[in-house]
Amino acid sequence: MLHVDNLTLTQGNFTLSADWRVPEGRRVAVIGPSGAGKSTLLGALAGFVPMAGRLSLDGQPIHDSRPEARGIAMLFQDSNLFPHLTLRQNVGLGLRARLRLTAEEHAQVDAALARVGLDGLGDRRPGAVSGGQQSRVALARVLVQRKKLLLLDEPFAALGPALRVEMLDLVARLTEETGATLLMVTHDPKDALRIAQDVIWLDAGVAHAPQAAGPLLSDPPPSLKAYLGSG
Amino acid sequence: MQGADIGIGRLGGPLAALAVLIPIGAAFAAVLWRGAGALSFGPADTAALRFTVTQAAASAAISVLLAVPVARALARRRFFGRGLLVSLMGAPFILPVIVAVLGLIAVFGRGGWVNAGLALFGLPPVSIYGFWGVVLAHVFFNLPLATRLVLHAWESIPPAQYRLVAQLGLRSWATFAVLEWPLLRRTLPGAAALIFAVCLTSFAVALTLGGGPRATTLELAIYEAFRFEFDLPRAAALSLVQLALALGAAALALWLAPDLPRSGGAARDLGRPDAPAGWRRWADGVIIALGAAFLLVPLAALVGRGLGALTDLPTSVWSAALTSVQIAALSTVMMLALALPFAALIASARSGGAEALGLLGLAASPLTIGTGWFLILHPWTDPAAWTLAVTALVNALMALPFALRTLVPALRAGLADYGRLAAQLGLRGVRYWRIIALPLARPQIGFAAGLCVALSIGDLGVVALFAAPDQATLPLQMARLMGAYRMEAAAGAALVLMALAFGLFWICDRWGRAARR
Repeated sequence: MLHVDNLTLTQGNFTLSADWRVPEGRRVAVIGPSGAGKSTLLGALAGFVPMAGRLSLDGQPIHDSRPEARGIAMLFQDSNLFPHLTLRQNVGLGLRARLRLTAEEHAQVDAALARVGLDGLGDRRPGAVSGGQQSRVALARVLVQRKKLLLLDEPFAALGPALRVEMLDLVARLTEETGATLLMVTHDPKDALRIAQDVIWLDAGVAHAPQAAGPLLSDPPPSLKAYLGSG
Repeated sequence: MQGADIGIGRLGGPLAALAVLIPIGAAFAAVLWRGAGALSFGPADTAALRFTVTQAAASAAISVLLAVPVARALARRRFFGRGLLVSLMGAPFILPVIVAVLGLIAVFGRGGWVNAGLALFGLPPVSIYGFWGVVLAHVFFNLPLATRLVLHAWESIPPAQYRLVAQLGLRSWATFAVLEWPLLRRTLPGAAALIFAVCLTSFAVALTLGGGPRATTLELAIYEAFRFEFDLPRAAALSLVQLALALGAAALALWLAPDLPRSGGAARDLGRPDAPAGWRRWADGVIIALGAAFLLVPLAALVGRGLGALTDLPTSVWSAALTSVQIAALSTVMMLALALPFAALIASARSGGAEALGLLGLAASPLTIGTGWFLILHPWTDPAAWTLAVTALVNALMALPFALRTLVPALRAGLADYGRLAAQLGLRGVRYWRIIALPLARPQIGFAAGLCVALSIGDLGVVALFAAPDQATLPLQMARLMGAYRMEAAAGAALVLMALAFGLFWICDRWGRAARR
């Protein structure tokens, strides 16, 4: 369970408040207009943006913890892999913050790479594989990180539509297997409907509590309706 | 969104800053303490001040003015070897000053090619010594730098604008007024300020081509006050004036300076549809040829002279070469130990300010630092025993501003791109350095190390103060050979020195680029 208690973000004129909880294992889409603070909200949860309020994950307060100690894995819009390290090293850093791994850890890394369909590519560098494969490597690292909460800040935005859907389906399967909770920023209500159970709607400085995706998107409140358009 | 705090440079940065401040501060304290009370600044010193400023101003103005036609021609013409020529223009930066001076003497000196040509027409000979000789040497070093700076700016004009100009049928003059003049107005003051600052602290050029009451720089005056007269009050007064002048110029240069291009001319090569044909094409060709000749002929003359002498070089040259390599290696290690944590501090700082500290290395005169450390060491021990260490340290401090200019953007980009990912994976401090920062910045580290090793091996500064008669670096040995009019042997030594400077730079730069791929 993720508790967000009286969270307030302030950056210049911009403010965002949130006060809600997300049950364990839920998949939640975060939608809202550009500049509404979707990325900033995720950044605050992950520990990269200063905030007021309290955060806890499974009862553990985390708002004062460093990013690596929060039990959260996050994929960013870009630069999710270190370009000078092999795919195996990139995944291995999710296990431990060092490059040398034990035989057992090696096996874990290779299993994770195999799970995302990249068997045998571990010795390549990110520049030598496709964009879709790079996304899979980042997901393999998320797998070995074994965090309770996964945050996706549109990491697949640069992929084509078919590939993006494929990645989101893979994310849905992986979080189902690991039981991790998922918060994902998206622009596309179809993506939200496809893999999210709930939706957090950002509007006018408020991140509204998660609501069931289907009903919310089929009968949206006026501001969300304006954002979605009549498509 | 904000980046992440990886905790690099937090501990090492301030330590490195102290390691820069203390040697410089201690040197100044020593000079002031021994010299104060009776600060004296005589008419000869006023003359030195005037000479220093006028030669630097003339060098900056001429370099920048000549750079404009060369850069303009290079910007709008494409020809075989253009990339190589632009790369070669980076070479004077790491070319040992004394090597270039010897090459210039071979061309412009008493028995040089230019005077031989003038004599053919019955014209009086020109002298390379004195004001114009010093300016000539400075232009030799800085014209290529200025050309690269201006060319860099020129190539930053989007190609679409040239296409637009070609489509509108604007004449050469109109193109200049519309596109190029605004650009030059932004670039030239910075380039001139940078060259002015560099020429202010000129020592080796003044030592070899200047001298005497009418062509002595402050830096040379400090050396003479100290080495020949042991007149500490005078050395202290000169050091203070030099510091004030250099700090002012460095601040001006920092404020105005354009970014140093790491590799000019490599930009998108779309050609220039607006480039005029006809006689202007030939004029551009002549300008480029003259610019290239000015750079290359002195070096070729030197190679011609020195090759014959290579086989029977005095052994003193080889032992001096060994000393020089040792100093350069030590200096490069010191520079990296200072520059990396310092650069990390600057790169992770929210506001600038620390960067100015790195400039101290440029502003503080090497001769003053040398004088200060001589005074500190003298009561306790024989300063000559510390020649290696002090020379290496001063060389490292001199290379520091250039190293920071190279390293800070690389570390900053690494933090911006991968800082949050690294934070999330717990890669902090030493681990971030080892696994992320050092491998990512390896090309810049190699380049900075190459600059330092080449600058250090070619430096003729502090070592001239410290060295005992039986001690020498290669540049100092060359100066001694020149002083003894053994020009053939000096040319041979110059070849060895040039090969070492370029070779060691190449090795370091190559090491940096060998990463990945």
